[in-house]
Amino acid sequence: MTTVHARGSLRRRLLLQLLLVAAILSVALYFTVRALAQQAAETTQDNILIASATAISEAARAERGQILVDVPYSALSMLGSIAEERVFYRVTADDLTVTGYDDLPMPPAASEVGAAVFATSIYKSDEVRVAALPRRLTVGDETVILTVLVAQTRLGLAAVSLQISIAAAAAGVGFFLLSGALSWFATNNAMRPLNRLAQSVERRGPQDLSPVETSAPTELVPLLQSLNTFMARLSASLARTEDFIAEAAHHVRTPLATVRTQSEIAMRSVRKPENKQILREVIRAADESSRSAGQLLDHAMVALRSDNLEKEKLNMKDLAQDVIRSISPTADLKDIRITCSGSDTTSSVEGDPILLQNALRNLLDNAVKYSPEDSRIRVEISEDTSTVQVDVLDEGRGLGNGDRQRLTQRFGRGDNVKDIIGSGLGLTIVDEVVRAHGGTLALTDNPEGRGTCASITLPSA
Amino acid sequence: MRLHNFALGLITGLIALATPAHAFVAEEERLFDVDNPSATLNIISTADLDIFSPLVDAFQERNPTVRVRYVTASSSELMKALFEENAEFDIAISSAMDLQTKLVNDGFAERHVSAETGSLPSWAKWRDRLFAFTQEPAVLVYSREAFEGLPQPTNRDELIALLRENPDRFNGRVGTYDIRESGAGYLFATQDSRQSESLWRMAEVMGRLNARLYCCSSQMIGDVADGQLALAYNVLGSYAAQHLENHPDLDILQFKDFTTVMLRTVLIPTTARDADLAGQFIDFLVSAENRQLIEDLTGLPSIDPAVLQREAAFRPIRLGPGLLVYLDQLKRRTFIRAWLNAMVQP
Repeated sequence: MTTVHARGSLRRRLLLQLLLVAAILSVALYFTVRALAQQAAETTQDNILIASATAISEAARAERGQILVDVPYSALSMLGSIAEERVFYRVTADDLTVTGYDDLPMPPAASEVGAAVFATSIYKSDEVRVAALPRRLTVGDETVILTVLVAQTRLGLAAVSLQISIAAAAAGVGFFLLSGALSWFATNNAMRPLNRLAQSVERRGPQDLSPVETSAPTELVPLLQSLNTFMARLSASLARTEDFIAEAAHHVRTPLATVRTQSEIAMRSVRKPENKQILREVIRAADESSRSAGQLLDHAMVALRSDNLEKEKLNMKDLAQDVIRSISPTADLKDIRITCSGSDTTSSVEGDPILLQNALRNLLDNAVKYSPEDSRIRVEISEDTSTVQVDVLDEGRGLGNGDRQRLTQRFGRGDNVKDIIGSGLGLTIVDEVVRAHGGTLALTDNPEGRGTCASITLPSA
Repeated sequence: MRLHNFALGLITGLIALATPAHAFVAEEERLFDVDNPSATLNIISTADLDIFSPLVDAFQERNPTVRVRYVTASSSELMKALFEENAEFDIAISSAMDLQTKLVNDGFAERHVSAETGSLPSWAKWRDRLFAFTQEPAVLVYSREAFEGLPQPTNRDELIALLRENPDRFNGRVGTYDIRESGAGYLFATQDSRQSESLWRMAEVMGRLNARLYCCSSQMIGDVADGQLALAYNVLGSYAAQHLENHPDLDILQFKDFTTVMLRTVLIPTTARDADLAGQFIDFLVSAENRQLIEDLTGLPSIDPAVLQREAAFRPIRLGPGLLVYLDQLKRRTFIRAWLNAMVQP
């Protein structure tokens, strides 16, 4: 059975991408809000500065060749109404200071008369915003450019900026959290049809290879169609394989049986001992081939059925006795007695009866094959709280000293059985069946001296 | 008492004049010494020594190892000391709110924030550098005897009418600040001019009555108490109140049209050698629990928003850049000229 490695999650990917978009938008929101609010705050300050400068400018007049500026109280007091900022002003006529702070820096860009210019500079160790408003003033016979400068520090603005930044950041975080939650819902919603499909496929029994008939979103239709096509092909392929196994069993075993029968008939008619010996060899080879073919087919069947176990509740003892009954004619030939012990009522497992019978038959086959004549084979069934154990104990030659791991490998045989015919598939079949049922196969020496103890342990039902 | 102070002031003033270390003119100077002083607090103030010394004593009670040097000067000399000469003081106390505002605005004051300054109402501080600790109304101080038989005026218009109708009684007997010399006088006059046009009519009438101009509250009040003056206009009520007990003839009148309320303010100059100690002193002055104590010790009404709400006519002078307007060179020159034209008539 192949395993599918989960690589990334569609839902996580979708969620992450939505969150990434939300994060980008949140950051954009933060910067936009901050920039707009700061611009608004700066514009407010600029507007007040220009209002103040206008008020001062309008209060300027020339009298007897002298420039008089009667700075209105409101011109400066209005600057104090928004924030507690330092305030500076200066009135110049051409380049001469008429009144105010005579070192207040002029904005670098000279402006047209009537249009205000703004600049940000450092004055008296604080950052100030300066508004300059020039106008023409006639003094005596000549016209001078009277410029009113009004400046205000931006300490409050910095505090406001910080507040705005915090508020904007809070808005950004809030937006991100909200869109994160919405993304989560959206992702779950989008994944729902996929989950539904996965569940409907998962819910099907192992033998159910009928097409999936459920409504699915457009994007999933190709997948669903491929899945149904694949299921149909798999179903057909399985049917073909089962047919093939049956056919093959028939085609291989029937001619071999014919060969065997004909050889036995021929043996009765030949006299020469060497010819009898040849025929005996032929019978033996036919037996061996028949057995090998049987086991190969068994193995193929086990492999096929293991993938799709048809489980039912089985009593191990009944099962074992069936197998013992079927194998006793062979055992009788060698005068081997097979006994079965264990409680009758319980010892039940969940499993595929054909496979488990097959496994037990292989174990008993082996036991009969490797036991000497006139010996005893014991099948002991025991159980504890969670497992059922079947031990098959013989008085044969044992396991030898080789690698026991190899015994359960395909075509692997013990190093002390060269003289006996065997395909090396028996224990492999047992092992695969037991494993398919979630159990284990253990091969140990018979604790009562000679022989082998083969134990299979299966979870109890 | 007054004479004694005057003499003492004169002497210390002369000493100050003679000392070349002080380019600004100090009026009085006293060292409140202690045994084993750990620090010295240098105060420059416009408040008279006798008004302020109980307060210094109270501060020293709380801080027994602090030596206090208390220098008094007029508000313009105080400004000169700090603005032009960078004189080293830890505390500057002045009634000239405009000059104090300019010191703060032009960067001559240290920032100070504490729980105590936080307890001040927002109108009583500016930029965390200027803190008000008294609210003192400008009042009319008059002699009952001089007004005998006349209806008591309740607002400026009535006073103006009264003065106009009785030139004989009031000629040469009205006094007010000389706004050229007195910072507080200039502040009151400019605030009057903001409130109403009556200032100019008042100046006109007073000028016609040959008004006498004074540099300081105390002299003006003294002359009313002596009977030389019938009334003194725009006097700090807090100073006048202290003379009422000894002079039953004196009385105070708060106009009903509006009464300018001056805030006495304190700041820490940037030249302060011990700004932390100065901060402690400011906290001592402005803390809510000390307000009653300060009023009891100095007789100066302390910050109390309830009073301002109760007295509808009270107009506290707003701290802020608006105060810089009347410090404008041109504005000041124009204002003083207009005032002198009205007040000093040929």
